[in-house]
Amino acid sequence: MNNLNIKENDLSELALTETVGNIYADNAKMSIRNADVYYGEKQAIHNISLDLAQHQVTALIGPSGCGKSTFLRCLNRMNDTIDICRVTGQLMLDNDDIYAKDLDPVLLRARVGMVFQKPNPFPKSIYDNVAYGARIHGLTNNKTELDEIVETSLQKAGLFNEVKDRLKEPGTGLSGGQQQRLCIARTIAVSPEVILMDEPASALDPIATAIIEELIDELKEKYTIAIVTHSMQQAARVSQHTAYFHMGKLVEMGKTEDIFTRPEHKLTENYITGRFG
Amino acid sequence: MTTQDNTNTPSGFTTKLNLDKHISRRFNQELEQVRSLVMDMGALVEQQVNDGLSAVLNADEKLAEKVIKRDKKVNTMELEIDEYCTQILARRQPAASDLRLLVSVIKSITDLERMGDEAVKFGKNAIKLAKGNFAEQESSRPLVELKHLGKHVSDTLNKALTAYAQMDVAAALDIIKNDNIVDEEFDNISRLLVTKMMENPREIKNALRVTWCARALERIGDHTTNLCEYIVYLVEGKDVRHATMEQIRASIDN
Repeated sequence: MNNLNIKENDLSELALTETVGNIYADNAKMSIRNADVYYGEKQAIHNISLDLAQHQVTALIGPSGCGKSTFLRCLNRMNDTIDICRVTGQLMLDNDDIYAKDLDPVLLRARVGMVFQKPNPFPKSIYDNVAYGARIHGLTNNKTELDEIVETSLQKAGLFNEVKDRLKEPGTGLSGGQQQRLCIARTIAVSPEVILMDEPASALDPIATAIIEELIDELKEKYTIAIVTHSMQQAARVSQHTAYFHMGKLVEMGKTEDIFTRPEHKLTENYITGRFG
Repeated sequence: MTTQDNTNTPSGFTTKLNLDKHISRRFNQELEQVRSLVMDMGALVEQQVNDGLSAVLNADEKLAEKVIKRDKKVNTMELEIDEYCTQILARRQPAASDLRLLVSVIKSITDLERMGDEAVKFGKNAIKLAKGNFAEQESSRPLVELKHLGKHVSDTLNKALTAYAQMDVAAALDIIKNDNIVDEEFDNISRLLVTKMMENPREIKNALRVTWCARALERIGDHTTNLCEYIVYLVEGKDVRHATMEQIRASIDN
């Protein structure tokens, strides 16, 4: 118990210390061990280990440039698209090494879906946006089945009732919050196991944000969720576990209820209370 | 406003909680203001307790009236600090130690206000006892005992407020540990007064008044212990209410 008076905000100390709190989950959906990420010569992620608990929401928080988005993108190999990016360590989805040579990243991304900060519907109809993944992954060739996938996905994303009469209209014509839920429906349509969300509500107004947060709470019943957010209140509201990143390191991880009331590490405390880091 | 040096020195409080380290300077000021208001309220309540007790012991009706009147000020401060905390919660959504500070303040001022109410009881009983010339009678030996208990409770309250001002967990734990001393002394006074009542039934009224004063001191002792529990919560993030001393030590050590 030295969080408030002994441990100083000392980065050289941070270089030595291990993550405080608890990185382990009893029922881990994803297990990351000793992950390093480099952009060329520069190391962006330093030896991060953590579990994503199944059917729970894990929030990744930290100041800009702390590596939380980089880390999130490792989890479905989105970083593969960056030539100079190199990932080492063990990153497991259930019993599969997601960086194994024989693992098809396209199939991985069907299992580990992603929702981005800005809603990015395809310039296609609402229907086609949701049906797209199911089509390219060959989930069905049957029109009736496809209709069903589209409808249930839109329903799970809490959008169906608002768009059921205009499924042929372009997805880009929806409001920001609706577009984001359309993107979530598109992700759900390929039956992922994990959903990664990178600032999913930061471009939305408070009402649309509340709807997305409510949706996240429902989605966790079926999916394992990791969310990067700049909003501490959002992390506190939607997640069960919180991981605090700082300068490419995982400083602290623990139950959300603990992190926001009695964080152990000085840096975590400073960040969530808005103090000088 | 009455303030006392020992409760109003920022040493420890601001530095230990880094209250001055927020990126928002306005937030720093708001938390500093809350801190300062609570310390002022603590000092005022301490004075109320001491004056009330003194009014009882010295049969000082004037001082008793003053204590009763000044309780309004204590109540106003409770409302003011409550409102201030509500505003900060609504606007800043504080977390971690900031949140614990506000929660502990909101709880502390309730205990302080209750202590103020107990001081009013001293005042009311002091007036009645003075009218009955109790202090001059031979039967006033209970007052000596009351003075003794009063000194202990008042010193403890002073220590608790100092511990609050300095965020001194060790001092707070010490007070929690010694709470049973007050309870034991209260039992002693009660026994003495019951004996007096049996010996001289005409003094029952006055003896009861002294009993109520002793009871008020015992309650103030309990509220003081509560303040110390909030100090532990604020600094350590551990809720030590309703725990034994062993449990408290174990939870803080790990």
